[in-house]
Amino acid sequence: MVAIFKREFKSYFKTPIGYIFLALYYFFFGWFFSRLYEAGSPELPSLIVSMALIATFTLPIITMRLLSDDRRQRIDQIIFTSPVRLSGVVLGKFLAAFCVYAIGFAPTVIYEIIIASNIKVNVFSYLYALLGMFLLGAALISIGLFISSLTESPSMAAMITLVVNFIVIFMTDIANYVRIGWISKICYKIAFVSVVNSFGKMVLSIPDIIYFLSISAAFLFLTVRSLEKKRWA
Amino acid sequence: MIEVKSLSKKYGNFLAVDNISFSIKKGEVVGFLGPNGAGKSTVMNIITGYLSYTKGKVTVDGIDIIENPEAAKRRIGYLPEMPPLYTDMNVKEYLYFVYDLKKVKFPKIAHINEIMRLVKIADVSNRLIKNLSKGYRQRVGFAAALVGNPDVLILDEPTVGLDPKQIIDIRNLIAKLGKNHTVILSSHILSEIQAVCERVIIINRGQIIADDTPEDLAIKLSGGNTVEVRIICDEESMIKTLSSIADVESVISLGKKEKDAYDFSIVPKDKKDIRAAIAAKVSESGKTLLSMSSGGMSLEQVFLRLTEAGDGDAVRKLLGEVKEDFEPAEEAANEDEEIKTEQTAEKEGEE
Repeated sequence: MVAIFKREFKSYFKTPIGYIFLALYYFFFGWFFSRLYEAGSPELPSLIVSMALIATFTLPIITMRLLSDDRRQRIDQIIFTSPVRLSGVVLGKFLAAFCVYAIGFAPTVIYEIIIASNIKVNVFSYLYALLGMFLLGAALISIGLFISSLTESPSMAAMITLVVNFIVIFMTDIANYVRIGWISKICYKIAFVSVVNSFGKMVLSIPDIIYFLSISAAFLFLTVRSLEKKRWA
Repeated sequence: MIEVKSLSKKYGNFLAVDNISFSIKKGEVVGFLGPNGAGKSTVMNIITGYLSYTKGKVTVDGIDIIENPEAAKRRIGYLPEMPPLYTDMNVKEYLYFVYDLKKVKFPKIAHINEIMRLVKIADVSNRLIKNLSKGYRQRVGFAAALVGNPDVLILDEPTVGLDPKQIIDIRNLIAKLGKNHTVILSSHILSEIQAVCERVIIINRGQIIADDTPEDLAIKLSGGNTVEVRIICDEESMIKTLSSIADVESVISLGKKEKDAYDFSIVPKDKKDIRAAIAAKVSESGKTLLSMSSGGMSLEQVFLRLTEAGDGDAVRKLLGEVKEDFEPAEEAANEDEEIKTEQTAEKEGEE
């Protein structure tokens, strides 16, 4: 697992992917923050959770080739004939993508310090918003990882992941179209955007945390099964 | 060391490996031979645990590859047909990655350096793999297989796409490693198998159609000690002259190959060596013997003859014509095979 993690994490910064990904985050963070700061109402937690949209767009870039490329280039032959467990492989790749994603939130530490130097801030609400985004990221990355295990083409994986991300994030809009009461109610509840927004409002909600965690776990499990199934095909 | 019992593998409805059994002893160097799509790579992928099988059992050093994959995989070094390389890494980095991946216990730097020296890639250790030539990539793949010094080496067409010098290098390396490793090597370069392997398993359409030493296989199929001669003579009378030699079974004229000279293929009785007798007879008759060669089949011819014969039954028949009691993979004969041989016998009876 450690070997896979090290290799994948490094590889993000051997190709432009890691840099482009982080540049996008830093650009949007900088832009949003400077505008809020000028307006005089820098509410960091809501800024952080507003990055959910950026995550929807950008996470497919870092998950697309995690497993698809290995299969296309037959590198999986060295991995799956080595004495490692499939779960270790999947977890190593997941953590590599997650760490790159987490680094994307590094500037918020500086913003928090800037704000704290002016006004009294609630560090807990900042950390809680960060937790919300990390959980969202974990869920989206595991979905992306699973989709990457289904195809040999990274671009195909990226496209499908993008579509799926849009659906899970903006299920609230689907809810508006569906006029059947209970369905739209469910859609509202499970839409990632409404869940992650509650993290920004500093409403501590254990079910929300469990929701994201269980989605991550479910898709990581499915990824392992999907790799396993390839061997039996 | 490696035990494969009635192994079958289906891809959908396609039977890629059909009830294969063989066992390989510690220290043996075995060649897998077969045309493209015969199932060689599939069998190798199954032994290394990359693919699962539909039916059967595979053990490496007594450890079942499905029940205890980690322990079994630790004993195997695998070089697949296309060496699996991360092209964005440099050679040393990649080998360190493989070292970590395989959880090797030897001292890291010394172990990797030794391997790089062995496969002669030390001079490119800091180059990116994507900038390496095919030959070097193949050697890096080879190095990866050697990481952790596994007892068993499984090499899928290790010399494909290399230049003659590199082929000789790799072949020497395999011969060197064969002294203290169990090696399975697949190839369609037959001279390679003849040069390196002490045993050859020929696979066609997912079945083992022959399992023997290269030399024995050639003898069994050629009828043994057939002699081909070129003589300046009259065709008809020379056939009579040659046929009159005591131990000659039959003489076939192969036609006029040079001015006034004819070629003949002479099959001896009971595989006897009749070269001296032929030379004596020809000079006695006052004709000139231009050349004489032992007409034993090369592995190339054996291979073609076996694979062209098609399925296992036909080949068994082919081999049976030469030597009745020869039956491929006889130790592993199970019920299915017994039924098959019975059917073969019936067919033969009918004919």
